[in-house]
Amino acid sequence: MSVDDKTVHRIARLARIAVPKEEISSLGTELNAILGFIEQLSEVNTDDILPMTAVVETEIKRREDAVTDGGYVEDITANAPASDDDYFAVPKVVE
Amino acid sequence: MRASKLTDLSLAEARDGLLQKDFTSEELTQAHISAMEAGRKLNAVILETPEKAIDMAKACDAKLSYGGGGALEGLPIGVKDLFCTKGVRTTACSKILGDFTPPYESTVTQNLWDAGAVHLGKLNNDEFAMGSSNETSCFGPVNNPWRNKAKETNLVPGGSSGGSSASVAAHIGVAATATDTGGSIRQPAAFTGTVGLKPTYGRCSRWGIVAFASSLDQAGPITRTVRDSAIMLGAMAGHDAKDTTSIDTPVPDYEAALGVNLNGKKVGIPKEYRIDGMSDEIEKLWQQGIYWLKDAGAEIVDVSLPHTKYALPAYYIIAPAEASSNLARYDGVRYGTRHEGDNLLEMYEKTRGAGFGAEVRRRIMIGTYVLSAGYYDAYYLKALKVRRLISDDFKQAFEKCDVLLTPATPSSAFTIGENLHDPLAMYMNDVFTVTVNLAGLPGISVPAGLNMQGLPLGLQLIGQPFGEEALLGIAEKIEQAAEFDARPEVWWN
Amino acid sequence: MNEATNDNLISGATGDWEVVLGLEVHAQVLSEAKLFSGAATEYGAEPNTQVSLVDAAMPGMLPVINWKCVEQAVRTGLGLKAQINNYSVFDRKNYFYPDLPQGYQISQFLQPVVGEGEIIIDLDDGSTKIVGIERLHLEQDAGKSVHDQHPDLSFVDLNRSGVALMEIVSRPDMRSSAEAQAYVKKLRAILRYLGTCDGNMEQGSMRADVNVSVRKQGDPLGTRCEIKNVNSIRFIGQAIEHEARRQIAIIEDGGSIAQETRLFDPKNGETRSMRSKEEAHDYRYFPDPDLLPLTFSQDFVDEIAASLPELPDTKKARFISDYGLSAYDAGILVAEAESAAYFEEAATGRDAKTVANMVIGSLFAGLNKAGLNIINSPVTPENLGVLVDLLSDDTISSRIAKDVFEMMFEDGPDQGKSPSVIVEEKSLKQVTDTGAIEAAVDEVLSANPEKVAQAKEKPKMAGWFVGQVMQSTGGKANPQSVNKLVLQKLGIEE
Repeated sequence: MSVDDKTVHRIARLARIAVPKEEISSLGTELNAILGFIEQLSEVNTDDILPMTAVVETEIKRREDAVTDGGYVEDITANAPASDDDYFAVPKVVE
Repeated sequence: MRASKLTDLSLAEARDGLLQKDFTSEELTQAHISAMEAGRKLNAVILETPEKAIDMAKACDAKLSYGGGGALEGLPIGVKDLFCTKGVRTTACSKILGDFTPPYESTVTQNLWDAGAVHLGKLNNDEFAMGSSNETSCFGPVNNPWRNKAKETNLVPGGSSGGSSASVAAHIGVAATATDTGGSIRQPAAFTGTVGLKPTYGRCSRWGIVAFASSLDQAGPITRTVRDSAIMLGAMAGHDAKDTTSIDTPVPDYEAALGVNLNGKKVGIPKEYRIDGMSDEIEKLWQQGIYWLKDAGAEIVDVSLPHTKYALPAYYIIAPAEASSNLARYDGVRYGTRHEGDNLLEMYEKTRGAGFGAEVRRRIMIGTYVLSAGYYDAYYLKALKVRRLISDDFKQAFEKCDVLLTPATPSSAFTIGENLHDPLAMYMNDVFTVTVNLAGLPGISVPAGLNMQGLPLGLQLIGQPFGEEALLGIAEKIEQAAEFDARPEVWWN
Repeated sequence: MNEATNDNLISGATGDWEVVLGLEVHAQVLSEAKLFSGAATEYGAEPNTQVSLVDAAMPGMLPVINWKCVEQAVRTGLGLKAQINNYSVFDRKNYFYPDLPQGYQISQFLQPVVGEGEIIIDLDDGSTKIVGIERLHLEQDAGKSVHDQHPDLSFVDLNRSGVALMEIVSRPDMRSSAEAQAYVKKLRAILRYLGTCDGNMEQGSMRADVNVSVRKQGDPLGTRCEIKNVNSIRFIGQAIEHEARRQIAIIEDGGSIAQETRLFDPKNGETRSMRSKEEAHDYRYFPDPDLLPLTFSQDFVDEIAASLPELPDTKKARFISDYGLSAYDAGILVAEAESAAYFEEAATGRDAKTVANMVIGSLFAGLNKAGLNIINSPVTPENLGVLVDLLSDDTISSRIAKDVFEMMFEDGPDQGKSPSVIVEEKSLKQVTDTGAIEAAVDEVLSANPEKVAQAKEKPKMAGWFVGQVMQSTGGKANPQSVNKLVLQKLGIEE
């Protein structure tokens, strides 16, 4: 499997990363080199092998249902590039 | 004691000196601040916090004066910029975080401050910890204090924890925090003649550490001695209710685990780590390590980890996939830098296009691709299955031995720029270390000698889950046998 | 599939069309704190005040699950007679939106906590129908974007970000807007009985995505459109009616339906395409590496099962069999747990049918008029019960009962006077003394000699005399006795 310019463009869009037109094809070449490398995995027989999603052999931690957090709007918005009246501000979204 | 001498001390020696009141934390800290300022050419420290350090040191001295204080009371350390530090700019060395100043402190650094450590400054690293040379940092590369004997070219300190390894090797701090996702503690330690310990996944809390790949990331120390690593880990580790993947098991006294007898201990040698084209110096180093441990009383057994070859490809699916999702939060809305656009989509694309460096963009793209519709099964799911095979390999090997001994890296430190434009060559740096992350095991890199160019090389020990004590005990034997006391010639002052 | 007769077909130019409907209901879990953080869930707070570092997706923040939310999901699953999965997985659903701080929603994709179940819906004609539940999973709510405060900017409030939702997915088993509405009503009732969601659609704690397609009966399923986030039962009906007719018109014009996401606009009662969602989505689901699999023991499930309240269907059946109520009355009373409880408290040990009539009639009408909820009823169930007793033992007439009810309603629960005290104080007791009634009858008869003469010709006139006597006795005379005496005195055969 190798990616063409169209796919590079689609992936960049999905990842919300601007890629200048003139860099699309060189980026594609780089990605294909990496994809070629990781494709070695197809050699491995993984029939009947369960995917390993976590290395930790323990139970999920449980939080009590109690309000223990929040109430510090200044901290939440302090680092925001744009905020207004305790809201975060973004370019207008049309629905 | 003269200031320059104070920076000669290991963490344990400095601790003992403070306890014996040979000097104060303020003196010790001031000596390290001077070393930090003198070492700016190394570019290991990207944010110096000398005033904070002196304030903290004074508070430590007050505690020490009445015999109080924690395990690290008064000891000045550096913090990798991946750890969020309250009120102190944290950037993960990415432009996208701008001047992000966390209103919170990571659990691991909080543990260190609670133990009395003094904060010297924030350390350089590869952007979002993606890299093996510290060249992807938005603050520029770190220079390895070690230089090639023949040529006066600057070398990389390894990565991603390059600022951590360089600062410790240059005696700027007595120790440093670091993180390891595919080798980012152990490889830089090997490149700088320092000790790097990556604990078992879940031993240290990940809360407040900028995430790269959640199922692989783990914090650990870089120090100059095995004992120092044991002391640091004791303070860093512990259960954290805020991290579901941290393990609720007591933190042993790691320092007490040193000085053990190796009689009856079995050290496994995985044959698959003898990779194609491995250099003679690495092969020789490995044999040397085997000899040392045998000499110290250990029994050497051959083991097999048949899926080793597939660890790097699996890693380069899993880590980018998780990263592509973990880094989605850097969108110019709540923190960090924003590049305005005509609409929301343009704002996102410009912000992320300009805010992330080339390697991070590359990995996000790969990660996005391997998770996308139609490719998930072939790439991501396949990699998770291979990950289980790799983990099972280790389980089987550990039926025959207590620890594994391998080289830490396939080479010594390389020249800055050498691998920068060849991602695959760069990825090969982690060939001996990624397996450990995939299986969630502890691993330690110990300096074992210098090569022909006079550059340090490291040996790696791999332990069983929560087998840090055994690992440290055996690592100390290598340290003792290697009698590694070389120091880089100071060229950066 | 049930392909039996469908009375709900929509007729078009080319014949009758069947509407096929499936619903995805998002129900906010009743909990103090959010799904993965300790921030509050309360409605209506100032912007970004109920936001933790986790909810704002600050670097290095990690989710830890609120176990109450898991209990609530299991509880709901049991209420829907569904398969409970002791092992489920949280996945990340990746997409960019300003109100989604992490850049992904933590949800459950391949392995949800609850599997297949069912709901019996009650239709207006008194019949019932089973609607299949495909799954229920836990997920995070997003924040809120405000678009109308500034010409060039949208504002983002993350108070809702991370609040726990249950997404409850039905099978495409519904065939009319009425069925879809009945489904939402019943689901809402069950959730409220269980205490797992307050069902408040105005505040957005319950909202539905409605999947609509049309076909000729017997044909395979048509292409569906999804109407997002419809937030009232009335709008659900309107949206379906409009969307079905829109689709029929397109197909009958020779066009075809494009699978898309649409939005219902309550202002004009129409659905329109959501352009912002047009871009092909690729959510790149994968197991969240920050969370371990969600596991719990069978004991945990059994304990919750043992604590389940009686649910509407069971309660309805019991009201019919134990209290002799009609299916219709029982259905009305069990629609809300509170009204069912009120009824039972008032009905125990007395004439339940009369209690039911009074609750459904006088009480509901009064509450409705006063804009009150039954839990704030001015008339306590105890007093309503006593009133029914006074009626049943002929102490008061039904007319007086109505008056007394109104007095109680006016007084409110604080006054709380027992109806028997009211009857005593205002001397409203029914007159059953035949002598007194006879005197009143005689008085009316003697005052109206011409009418007496007419009545002897036209026996139906007798009713007029009864009314006069009732009036003269202030409604206290027993109507049956009055009637009997009037007929007797007029010499009319019963």
